[in-house]
Amino acid sequence: MSTLTGASAADELPGPDGKRPLEGDRASTGRLGDRLFGGAATLSGVIVIAIVSLIAVFLIVQAVPALMDNDANFFTSRVWAPGGEQPAFGILEFLWTTISASTIAMFIAVPVGVAVALFLTQYAPTWMRKPAAGLVDLLAAVPSIVYGLWGLVTFGPFFKPVQAWMEGALGWFPLFSSTGISGGTIFFIGIVLSIMVLPIVTALSREVFDQTPVTHKEGALALGATQWEMIRTAVLPFGRPGVISAAMLALGRALGETIAVTFLVSALSDGTAWTWSLFNGGETFASKIANNAAEFSNPSKTGAYIAAGLVLFLLTFVVNSIARVVIERRKAFTE
Amino acid sequence: MSVSRISALGAIALSGALALSACASENNGGTPGAGSTAAGSTAAGDCFTGDLKAEGSSAQKNAIDEAISAYQEACSDANIDYQPTGSGAGIKQFIAKQVDFAGSDSALKTEPKDGRIEADDAKAACGSEAWNLPMVTGPIAIAYNVKGVDKLTLNAEVAAKIFDGKITAWNDPAIAALNSGVTLPSTPIKVYFRSDESGTTENFTKYLKGAAPDAWSYETGKKWTGKGEGKEKSAGVATATKGQDGGITYVELSYAQQNQLNTAAIDTGAGPVELTAESAGKTIATAKQTGTGNNLALKIDYATKEAGAYPIVLVTYEIVCSKYADAETGKKVKSFLKTFASDDVQKSLAEQGYAPLPAEVATKVKAAVDAIS
Amino acid sequence: MSIATDRRPDDAIVPDDAVTPPGGRPGRDALAEMRSPHRARAVKDVVARIVMWGAFALAMVPLVWILWTVIGKGAHMLTTATWWTGNQRNINSDDFGGGARHAIEGTLEMVGLTALIAVPIGILTAVYLVEYGRGRLAKAISFTVDILSGVPSIVAALFIYAVWVTTLGIGRSGFAASLALVLLMIPVVVRSTEEMLKLVPNELREASYALGVPKWVTVVKVVLRTAFSGIVTGVLLGIARVMGETAPLLILAPYTKNFQRDLFSGNFPTLPMMINQDRGDFALETAAERMWGAALTLIILVLLLNLIGRVIAHYGSVKK
Repeated sequence: MSTLTGASAADELPGPDGKRPLEGDRASTGRLGDRLFGGAATLSGVIVIAIVSLIAVFLIVQAVPALMDNDANFFTSRVWAPGGEQPAFGILEFLWTTISASTIAMFIAVPVGVAVALFLTQYAPTWMRKPAAGLVDLLAAVPSIVYGLWGLVTFGPFFKPVQAWMEGALGWFPLFSSTGISGGTIFFIGIVLSIMVLPIVTALSREVFDQTPVTHKEGALALGATQWEMIRTAVLPFGRPGVISAAMLALGRALGETIAVTFLVSALSDGTAWTWSLFNGGETFASKIANNAAEFSNPSKTGAYIAAGLVLFLLTFVVNSIARVVIERRKAFTE
Repeated sequence: MSVSRISALGAIALSGALALSACASENNGGTPGAGSTAAGSTAAGDCFTGDLKAEGSSAQKNAIDEAISAYQEACSDANIDYQPTGSGAGIKQFIAKQVDFAGSDSALKTEPKDGRIEADDAKAACGSEAWNLPMVTGPIAIAYNVKGVDKLTLNAEVAAKIFDGKITAWNDPAIAALNSGVTLPSTPIKVYFRSDESGTTENFTKYLKGAAPDAWSYETGKKWTGKGEGKEKSAGVATATKGQDGGITYVELSYAQQNQLNTAAIDTGAGPVELTAESAGKTIATAKQTGTGNNLALKIDYATKEAGAYPIVLVTYEIVCSKYADAETGKKVKSFLKTFASDDVQKSLAEQGYAPLPAEVATKVKAAVDAIS
Repeated sequence: MSIATDRRPDDAIVPDDAVTPPGGRPGRDALAEMRSPHRARAVKDVVARIVMWGAFALAMVPLVWILWTVIGKGAHMLTTATWWTGNQRNINSDDFGGGARHAIEGTLEMVGLTALIAVPIGILTAVYLVEYGRGRLAKAISFTVDILSGVPSIVAALFIYAVWVTTLGIGRSGFAASLALVLLMIPVVVRSTEEMLKLVPNELREASYALGVPKWVTVVKVVLRTAFSGIVTGVLLGIARVMGETAPLLILAPYTKNFQRDLFSGNFPTLPMMINQDRGDFALETAAERMWGAALTLIILVLLLNLIGRVIAHYGSVKK
């Protein structure tokens, strides 16, 4: 029943007798239909690889010359002055803002999203499940530009006093110290992002939880488990790889979200002192690029921004690799 | 049957798209020929048919929108689109031949910047000299939001210190000295700047540098180099200022008006000057032409001491080819810009927060538009 | 076949009474309480229940809030007749009203074309990963999909601009924007479809093979069909994602206030760009109303597509 744990067939271990399971490539017998369909599937996969490789090549080709001319340390500098006679640019600030805002978003969205998915599949009364699921999907139907407007016009002004209060009450803690940024702080962006990615986490988790084999659930209940224990021992382990996948998808969205962040974020002026505070401003990779994309007037300047985009690209790469490892290891334990 | 269902849907969508694009060339409204007879005092039978694309400065968006409406009302077969994406974007797309003319808050640069010379690139793209035609002049307001203060006077030096973070509270003696009789609170000053690269920033810093070189030590440019909190676009800084007691920003007058923000009067040495179309127009009138012939780049004297002249102004240009490779496009550009430069349209712009072109410049612009081919 | 394989994906929303009695009460509380040493377990159970309800309530707060804002500020624009029939020609930011039909048509057309390209590639890629993929190629594809999901819309747009406009010399257009949206949609479709395909029990495949059904027919008629509802959910997520994307449009598809249905002509009207256009002046009541009206229209469009998708999912999924 290894597939029931949601493990990818791509990662399938050999069958018990050391041979591959029956299903898989060897099941196809060279019939024309099989070859065509399999070929189309393979082609699609190859297209995806080709696209990503092209994007990578594009990013690298544009970024490298700019990086060669860079006077500042690309990873540790907080200066951003690309173009010009002596371009100097570093990404430290964007890296910090992007990662911290996305982390806040994930800290909120994953637990809440999974809990909502559990609610929709395990707890909600029968009559409520479909409409409630529809409501959460509605949240996914709100386009990102609308989140941006809402954050700008409604949620931003509401959050200002909340932030002021938090700065007062928790300001002794470096992460929450006041920086004088009035709105559009990392913390605020993180909250808006969490709302945006929540439905992604919920929608996929819900689908996966729904598929928990009834036998697993009944087994747990028959052993005297409470509902929560049943969920912990049957539903969550079954859904874990799916939830991780959902979370990665959500994280990708949070890291790269462009327009809403651009609307909302407060940029810092040159030479602002470094602080760990989440109530500081600062642009994310995506917002920095988007905000200035219109003015990319020459290759050296464009290259600097593209280099920043490349880092974002690599960041996602790293995060996903970690997630893959986690999923693999989980699988090793369950099997 | 999921796949076949999906493909069936796809087929429907595709055929729909094809059917839609088949009738795409149809225009809305007017019948052919209606253009020349409709209320066309501005376009006077000079209508073109088809699309005209322009892009550039957001500072002139409301002005050009007005001109486009005026033209399109007379010419129902003409479609003119202006993308207010920023001066640099406009020039970039103009050089990339993506638009027919560009709007820019500064004339094409003739010195190398980042290894390129804009004017030469534009010339290469056109195959002929590219002209800067000043079309709209807009005052930049120093807009503020301080509870209980609805009248404020600043001068260049104090403004420079505020935007450089040297003056941090509203009751600073330097501000108080310019505002006797006004009760200033101790509210901290919150400076908002444009986080995107913008012609407004460039013109504002040019003013600070030009009028208070000692207080403003930074380079001028589209990227903000002072202090404060950055917000995206004019709407962003105006909204942020409106929502923050103690806030101050620099923004085109029309945005300050839209957001009902107070604007500071500027003391140029000859007493405080309120920001109005006339006071800004006086500064424009002192501008010197730096281009040659029909290339009408203007240089503004930011340190002007003329009585009643409001010094923080920007001139936005239309950047055009003197001779378009496609004669048809040249006709379109000429026809539309004629309307834009006409007295009727120019007059109507004052209501939008723009200052009129001085008569002498306006005459030259009209002559230059006529010379476009 | 086990009970598990009898369950179809889309009716899982309907609770299994054997698991949860009607009303959602576990019915085990009383039992747990009688066994006093296990009281802590019962408390935990109740706490978990409260947390789940709380989470749902919490998730509803922003939803209600956003809808309240958008409907409150934009609904009355949608009640004007011109909204559904007209365009924005000659409507400046300080003029009231105008229509959104040009942008509605444009958005639907652009997203339709995007889906037309992205959905087949996405689903087939997922099929490859789950049904065919072995070894390095599958790993590579899986990995690149992850990376693609992390490409921000603005980078995708710059990439297309570099290829389409700078290298190939073709102008900006609605189609160019569609291509950028395809890049954003593919990973969403692949990932969600993949998860759904993985959940199709192996017994189904094996049973099909045992009957001598060719592999591709098995995939199409058994696997994809079993996972149909989930796949549709994934496609809808993807559509919702690209429909409100603005950054690629800013770079690749300049806005026009006129009717324009030709995706290849250059300027192209879309709802996000219409919102963006009026956002610059939203301190003006006239522009703000239009902006919120367009935002509400966009949400309604996404919802309508969702609804259509649900209906397709319902009728397309396996019947008992």
